[in-house]
Amino acid sequence: MRPADIFIRGLWSNNAIFRLVLGMCPTLAVTTSAKNGLGMGLATTFVLLCSNMAISAMRRIIPGKVRIPAFIVIIATFVTVVQLVMEAYAFSLYQALGIFIPLIVVNCLILGRAEAFASRQPMLASIADGAGMGLGFTLALVSLGAVRELLGAGQVFGLPLPYSSFHPMLLMVLPPGAFLALGFLLAAINSRPKRKPPATRN
Amino acid sequence: MNDRLRYVLVLTLITALSGLVLGTTEHCTRQPIKEQYRHQQLQALRTVLPEVDNAPDRDTVTPAMQSSTGAPSTPTTYYRGRRRGEIVAIAFQVEAAHGYGGPIRMMVGVAPSGELLGLAILQQNETPGLGNRIEEEGFRAQFLGKGLTASRWKVTKDGGDFDQISGATISSRAVVEGLSAGLEGYLRHKTIILTAPTVQP
Repeated sequence: MRPADIFIRGLWSNNAIFRLVLGMCPTLAVTTSAKNGLGMGLATTFVLLCSNMAISAMRRIIPGKVRIPAFIVIIATFVTVVQLVMEAYAFSLYQALGIFIPLIVVNCLILGRAEAFASRQPMLASIADGAGMGLGFTLALVSLGAVRELLGAGQVFGLPLPYSSFHPMLLMVLPPGAFLALGFLLAAINSRPKRKPPATRN
Repeated sequence: MNDRLRYVLVLTLITALSGLVLGTTEHCTRQPIKEQYRHQQLQALRTVLPEVDNAPDRDTVTPAMQSSTGAPSTPTTYYRGRRRGEIVAIAFQVEAAHGYGGPIRMMVGVAPSGELLGLAILQQNETPGLGNRIEEEGFRAQFLGKGLTASRWKVTKDGGDFDQISGATISSRAVVEGLSAGLEGYLRHKTIILTAPTVQP
């Protein structure tokens, strides 16, 4: 596969949230607004990109038996870097995301890509995979956040709706709203018939 | 045996690299992070204090706690706001222990005589739509200008002078209790707070 195809696959056809339904914990918890979704998505993308690169670069020297602790240390390092940088330069976002930034370490999307892709593929492909998967995750979080913010608070990215008569449904920014919004979004996206059936299994 | 040595070496290499990266990042972000916390603190102080011309976070008093009940409690730091050297208002943090979703942290500003000048909710975990309405201007405004002795520091439901938010009596009660305890603490240490010399932290 060419890197461009790998990128598109991560972004859409194998989208972490909409297709693989991976990494649900931060997805449901932080998407109370589009901005939080964007922040979480970009932080995850950065970690995924860096960890994919590092793991791909070291894939020949990491022995199979100790690969999991090695991956976790690498991922945790980049997560801590993100956390410190956000605390220093995006403080309000840092506070809004709270405990979910350190928890990026255990986002199964990142360990999953390290295990299934980066530890077996060359650098360029791993970069494309990390960028595609990460931005796909971001896309999903932003759309979920936007839907919830729109219905639950009557605004998107903090900009209020032009119709003042709209009465927000508080439920949508509460935890149950995350499940409702995600369920409807998943249903809507997966109801589209696939354009062509997969030719071969891989 | 040879394999095991390799595991150890590879993991050591990875953790050492990781330590290097983390150390560098920490070194570069330490100062900006400190600035962020100070900025946040100043922001909170500014919302509860009237116009002042000093840096209240650099002009603090922390009286040793001599709680009337004898219960151990963490000392409160009082931030003094001055205009041309005169203390015009004092800000301090108050924690209301009995919120519905845990403690509610507030920043209050008081006049030297003990009347409340400003109130900001710093951190709360109350129910959205009900308890978290304690952050609303309408609820907070009723406390302004009130002193400890001139009002009955209870919610209306308990025979006091302050309106509770309907559906959120527990949260409202916690705020009122926290504020009255805070004002009490201020009055107890008033002399020290108003006269202690400025100590540069």
